[in-house]
Amino acid sequence: MSASLSIVVVEPDRDRAILIVDSLRDAGSYDIHVISEPTGLARKIQALSPDVVLIDVESPSRDTLEELALASGPLDRPVAMFVDRDGEGLTDTAIEAGVSAYVVDGMKPQRVKPIMDAAIARFRMFQRMRTELAETKRALEERKMIDRAKGMLMKARGVDEDEAYALLRKTAMDQGKRVAEVAAALVTAAGLLG
Amino acid sequence: MIAATLSVGFLPLIDAAPLIVAHEMGFAAEESIALELRRAPSWSSVRDMLSFGRVEAAHMLSPVPVASALGLGGTGTALSAVSVLGVNGNVIGVSNALAARLREHGHDFAFNDARTAGEALIAVADQPLRLGVPFPFSMHAELLYYWLSALGLPAPQSVDIRTVPPSLMADAMQAGEIDAFCVGEPWGSIAVENGVGTLLLPGSAIWRFAPEKVLAVRSDWASAEPDLLGRLIRAVWRAGRWLAEPGSPTLAAELLSRKEYLDLPAEILDRALNGRLVISAQGEERHVPGFVEFHHGAATFPWRSQAEWIGLQLAARTGLDRPTAARAARAVFRSDLFREALAPTRAELPGASSKMEGALSEETAVASTSGRLFLGPDSFFDGRIFEPSAH
Repeated sequence: MSASLSIVVVEPDRDRAILIVDSLRDAGSYDIHVISEPTGLARKIQALSPDVVLIDVESPSRDTLEELALASGPLDRPVAMFVDRDGEGLTDTAIEAGVSAYVVDGMKPQRVKPIMDAAIARFRMFQRMRTELAETKRALEERKMIDRAKGMLMKARGVDEDEAYALLRKTAMDQGKRVAEVAAALVTAAGLLG
Repeated sequence: MIAATLSVGFLPLIDAAPLIVAHEMGFAAEESIALELRRAPSWSSVRDMLSFGRVEAAHMLSPVPVASALGLGGTGTALSAVSVLGVNGNVIGVSNALAARLREHGHDFAFNDARTAGEALIAVADQPLRLGVPFPFSMHAELLYYWLSALGLPAPQSVDIRTVPPSLMADAMQAGEIDAFCVGEPWGSIAVENGVGTLLLPGSAIWRFAPEKVLAVRSDWASAEPDLLGRLIRAVWRAGRWLAEPGSPTLAAELLSRKEYLDLPAEILDRALNGRLVISAQGEERHVPGFVEFHHGAATFPWRSQAEWIGLQLAARTGLDRPTAARAARAVFRSDLFREALAPTRAELPGASSKMEGALSEETAVASTSGRLFLGPDSFFDGRIFEPSAH
């Protein structure tokens, strides 16, 4: 077996990059570089000439790496996306987890597997965090909207907070909508009417 | 009743409009299907989403499924282009520095003459031009290569091509990484809006009728689900017909501007949809009839000859065997499936499935289902005509 594999991780977020590098280090002895700036990505990768490139599926810069998949691309060695040579559904799992890997052509899958396993586990965690964050944000927004709608009802109808909420809930049930939707409609309408 | 929900991948671009309209204006529901539109961050991810079955259909650069069939890029999954989604819709833009040199050189930015603009560009470039395209396999790349090579600047050999995703094109220009780009709207207008670039030409000035995006599906899915495929093709075709109505662009711009789609101001999207492009930060406006076409002139018909043209351009560049590439490419644009899907409608379909590309310099009546089909001009700027292989 030749010297340790070199891996480039394309990740603009510093904390995420550190986490990825850490889990790769746990998985084996690799020569790891992180590229955080999308500008000049192809040139930077060419300079490093890595065996494996890992990039977030959500990153638009992934298309830049597609150049590397061409023999005439900026890398001297042809690069293939991992999918070409994988029979174990690893790539499918990787895509689902949100990570893309570009691997130098001809590399044995068993050499890449530990890297992918580590990356997949890490990206899964990012995905969970991302979903949680989005959910929390949404819940907060909805709470704010409901509070505003309650305030408007309290003022307009001279009711207390519990009654205002009961009114929102009843309307929502009657219309088959969520309380937050009714609240949002009320706030929008009030905004329009000035 | 909804027979099935189909998930469809798209990139935030003007020519995703037929898919968005099919969903929002009820054309999908009319066919008893629901569309779940999934915005993707990059072309490679759309292609992979489709290849791995995460979506049933996708908004795709027309050369991508052809390239896949030729063994270039992709995952080896056979893809079929079952309809063209949009014809034209790209712009070529230059950096402000280059625009200033072009003006000094006497170029008028008339926005309609590819020869004059190209010769001026080649004349003022003092080093290899760094050109941004969204993807290695794209009509953007093909148009640039065709244009510059025809004017005596062999491309891609003599230029420096950089792949930049559409949404980052303006940033790349601002960062001084590229001198010019070819990109789908609204991303050229965004560069103008951000004050980093000036538009030089619409893509249609190079090729009047370039199939820009296609509706792509996995070939095995197309054979397994002919009924759903038919519904999808019809829904998207009716959306395109609606988009071509005079009153539609303004409303379409509003729909597309929504957060879940392009998430950009409707005013900027309106420019491409109405063919009124603002080409510079000074607010100069250019009118381009047919800047992007979703319906007229059988715009969505997937001509075998279009696929062959793309296949042969790719083959010439990568050294593939030409007859083999031509055959493989023709098989990707499924005029057969398109015909089958539209048979129950009153759609006017051409009698042939292949045509000379570039032969029409004006609107021309052609043989069709009921004899009332007009094809729009499809000429190349240099007057060349591409004759497809016999079929």
